[in-house]
Amino acid sequence: MKFRRKYLSIPYVLFLVCFVVIPVLFIVYYAFTNKGGQLSIDNLIRFFSDKTNVDVLLISFAYAIINTFICLLIGYPLAMVLANRKYNKSSVLVMLFIMPMWINFIIRTSATRDVLNWIGISTGAHSELTTIIGLVYNYLPFVVLPLYTTMLKMDRSQIEASLDLGANPFHTFFKTIIPMTMPGIVSAATMVFMPTLSSYVISDILSEYNVVLFGSYIDLYFNQADWNFGSFMALIMLLLIGLSVFITRKFSKDDRGGRSIW
Amino acid sequence: MVRWERFKKILAKTYIYLVLLLMYAPILVLVVYSFTDSDQLGIWNGFSFKLYVDLFKNESLMDAFGNTLLIAVVSGIVSTILGTLGAIGVFYSEKRFRQPVETMTQLPVVNAEIVMALSLAILFKVLNTRYSFLTLLVGHLVLTVAFVYLNVKPKLMQMDPFIYEAALDLGASPRYALFKVVLPEILPGIFSGFLISLTLSLDDFVITQYLKEPSFETVSTYIQKIVAKHPIPPEVRALSTILFAIVLVFVLAITFYNNNKAIKLLKARRGRR
Amino acid sequence: MAKKDVILELINVNKKYEDSYAVENFNLYVNKGEFITFLGPSGCGKTTTLRMIAGFEKPTSGQILLNGKDIGSLPPYKRPLNTVFQRYALFPHLDVYDNIAFGLKFKKVAYEVTKKDGTKVTKYRKFTREEVDAKVTKALKIVDLEAFESRDVSTLSGGQQQRVAIARAIVNEPEILLLDEPLGALDLKMRKEMQLELKEMHRKLGITFIYVTHDQEEALTMSDMIVVMEDGQIQQIGTPLDIYNEPKNAFVADFIGESNIYVGTMIGNKKVRFLGTTWECIDDFPVNQKVDVVVRPEDVIIKPLGEGAVKAKIVNKIFKGIHYQFTAMVGNNEVLIQTTADHEVNTEVSLSIEPDLIQIMNRAYDANIYQDAYINKNNKVVFAGATWDCDITQLVNGSSVDEKGYFSTPDGKKYDLTDLDVIATIDMKDIEISDDLEDGNITGQIIQMVWKGDHYQVIVRTEEEEDFVVDTEWTWNELDTVSVKIPESKIKLTLKEDISKYEI
Repeated sequence: MKFRRKYLSIPYVLFLVCFVVIPVLFIVYYAFTNKGGQLSIDNLIRFFSDKTNVDVLLISFAYAIINTFICLLIGYPLAMVLANRKYNKSSVLVMLFIMPMWINFIIRTSATRDVLNWIGISTGAHSELTTIIGLVYNYLPFVVLPLYTTMLKMDRSQIEASLDLGANPFHTFFKTIIPMTMPGIVSAATMVFMPTLSSYVISDILSEYNVVLFGSYIDLYFNQADWNFGSFMALIMLLLIGLSVFITRKFSKDDRGGRSIW
Repeated sequence: MVRWERFKKILAKTYIYLVLLLMYAPILVLVVYSFTDSDQLGIWNGFSFKLYVDLFKNESLMDAFGNTLLIAVVSGIVSTILGTLGAIGVFYSEKRFRQPVETMTQLPVVNAEIVMALSLAILFKVLNTRYSFLTLLVGHLVLTVAFVYLNVKPKLMQMDPFIYEAALDLGASPRYALFKVVLPEILPGIFSGFLISLTLSLDDFVITQYLKEPSFETVSTYIQKIVAKHPIPPEVRALSTILFAIVLVFVLAITFYNNNKAIKLLKARRGRR
Repeated sequence: MAKKDVILELINVNKKYEDSYAVENFNLYVNKGEFITFLGPSGCGKTTTLRMIAGFEKPTSGQILLNGKDIGSLPPYKRPLNTVFQRYALFPHLDVYDNIAFGLKFKKVAYEVTKKDGTKVTKYRKFTREEVDAKVTKALKIVDLEAFESRDVSTLSGGQQQRVAIARAIVNEPEILLLDEPLGALDLKMRKEMQLELKEMHRKLGITFIYVTHDQEEALTMSDMIVVMEDGQIQQIGTPLDIYNEPKNAFVADFIGESNIYVGTMIGNKKVRFLGTTWECIDDFPVNQKVDVVVRPEDVIIKPLGEGAVKAKIVNKIFKGIHYQFTAMVGNNEVLIQTTADHEVNTEVSLSIEPDLIQIMNRAYDANIYQDAYINKNNKVVFAGATWDCDITQLVNGSSVDEKGYFSTPDGKKYDLTDLDVIATIDMKDIEISDDLEDGNITGQIIQMVWKGDHYQVIVRTEEEEDFVVDTEWTWNELDTVSVKIPESKIKLTLKEDISKYEI
């Protein structure tokens, strides 16, 4: 066989097909079969007929929304200050905000729990609150990065133009800065929202298993070896992710951001 | 007006440092209490390095640490090779082939870890595979390989597309042109792809938990097993301190390196080297 | 041109991408030592042809012969040709010296060894360090970059990078040097300088240059031979003088230098009518034939009123340094004139042109004729990638279409015309183009535009590679996307096959 550059991708493509695409197809297959291996929609009926299941999904949504909102509320002004040359000239400070991403998250999460317990906010008694604190701690760095990069790219003369045209700072913020940074906000939100839905270790550790997020629920059925029902829930997760990707694409043409730090 | 500006500046700085402090508080507490011999956070029994000694005596934790490094380095290298070759190959493929591969590449990036872990677990169940280092490696590769691809791809796109042809034109074989001309151009992307796979793998818990063989523990799984019911073991405070120091040095070094590189580039532009 | 010492020959070379031809039926031979230029607008196939010679693209069919041997299947690294790329394509991670020495690493030199028993054997070795050094130094000297060996290529200016790219190619002593718009990225002054230097280099090195450019002035200044290309096809091959003085068609005339192009009619032996009057000419065409007439602006003579052949009014004057450029109106037709003598705007003058300076050529397009039109089952006509609702009763005199859709002729016969092949003809002036893409029947891109004195002749190409030739008074830009609107009553249909097969 003659050497062609495109052949170099064969191992990569084969790997993706075998270990990414086919496994996902297995999830779809398992989701629509029963334990005996026959095609059925039992899992679908079972999921939606039991209120507990739907409740877990709704509660997870609530946590995801609250977490995203708080992260944006803290992260947005943070990114604004960091991107403003008047207040910050060094990239070291920015790196410090992103750095927690590289410290083992189990250690980080359990440290947060131990400190909360130490200062009297008991993870057993205030599970909801401690879970949210833990989620915010974990996802704040992921919000700062895309917001910061969008704000760096923002054309400052547009803000000046807005002020020049008579808009006060309040109006300028809501009518100019927010719309201009929308792609960053959307990409930051997706970095938080879906992962919160599917996370389970954080809520497990920080609520002493009192708060069950959708991820924990999937994990639970997997541990009970209920593959079919677990697969069905994983499929719901997949569909939600697909939906969120679709929405993000609509909002921003530029789908980079995220983990490209160097 | 000047006073207002100054007030704004103070407000802004206070805000960043306050958030920073809160963000690092848990880790810093661990760091501080790693230097005292006490079982409980908040109880200071005088300065001591005992926890560090305990750490190195704790064989299972040391094993877990070694395992974490092992899987990170092995999966980092394999996924860098796989992802780099993939990116080069796809870059030079026809569009109708490129499009589906791009979509496939996005899948592990956007997918939830638990879904990936579950899907691979099902695959191994169907194939009747025993969990081993190999299954764990596959899991970590799924986690990281797309990020290598995505880091190399932009470097290929920025590259002058004609330098490969120029090399052939001057008599280089395709292989030589690829390794001696294209590869140096995309090296920064390969390197950052490798670093990202390393960090993703070091930090991973979910995929590792699902796909490891039962006796094999990484730092994440080892600690998770304990903290599920108990507070963080004292010697883990020492481990956290060491990890924190390494990450800090590393991150600062990279930041300074990048700054220096920018300065160097500016100088080079201005005159001869 | 005469076949002297042919180094390169292209025979019936075609290059097809999916459905469209990038290069079509390309035949050319190149003599050793010649400076030959492929000239044409962007997308005309000139670069594709060069890349086929270099080996980066494989011809779909046809042969490329180098010194009589087919090199069509050789990869680029096995062809003794080197390329200077448009954007230099220097290796960014290597310095100037290593860039230039790159190709020498792969070269093998033959040398003879005498064995102990006296037999001679040819062996191959690589260049030694000293040899490479000497060659690089010499190449750097040729391109005037002697002190730059250790410089990083990114620190060089565009012109210097271009010199490195040339040095990197010529150091290998290729049999043919291929240059793909090498000066395109340089500013005007730099470009002029490099043109002269390249010409000088060509003279000194004595190797064959194949040069690609879209700049007609560059082509005229530098080349021994010019190949004018348009739409994948050779329009004309000739020396710069030939091509300027004797353009083969209106496209070449328009592309090379400035021209006045008019639609004329032959009205007698060597007599042509255009600009509302009859002119003597030296070209012989059949009487009554419509022709394209080309007159260079410098060939129009301004005379006092009454002394020339046709009355004109000067409407515009631009001073161009050495000469003036006037625009004069003869009726509705514009005439571009270049002369050193000054005239005032708004004066009435008379124009004359010497018979041998009136170029007459066959019209490239007379009308839009679609040979592959057919009728579909709804009695509509399909051609040029669209369906047209035109009057099919014009196919046979006195015919009609009944309510069931059958076609009946006066002699009482009925036909089902589904799939009948017809020829559709549309006059160029009956087609309208519009920038409102919803307005017309089909959309396309303007690929060519030629000013013909009082109107433009525009070629619109649809996505399915169908061309419409349109006469329009409006100015458009090349590559504009427009919609083409054809009044369906203006489409003339004629039968292409025997209708009796379709009788029912």
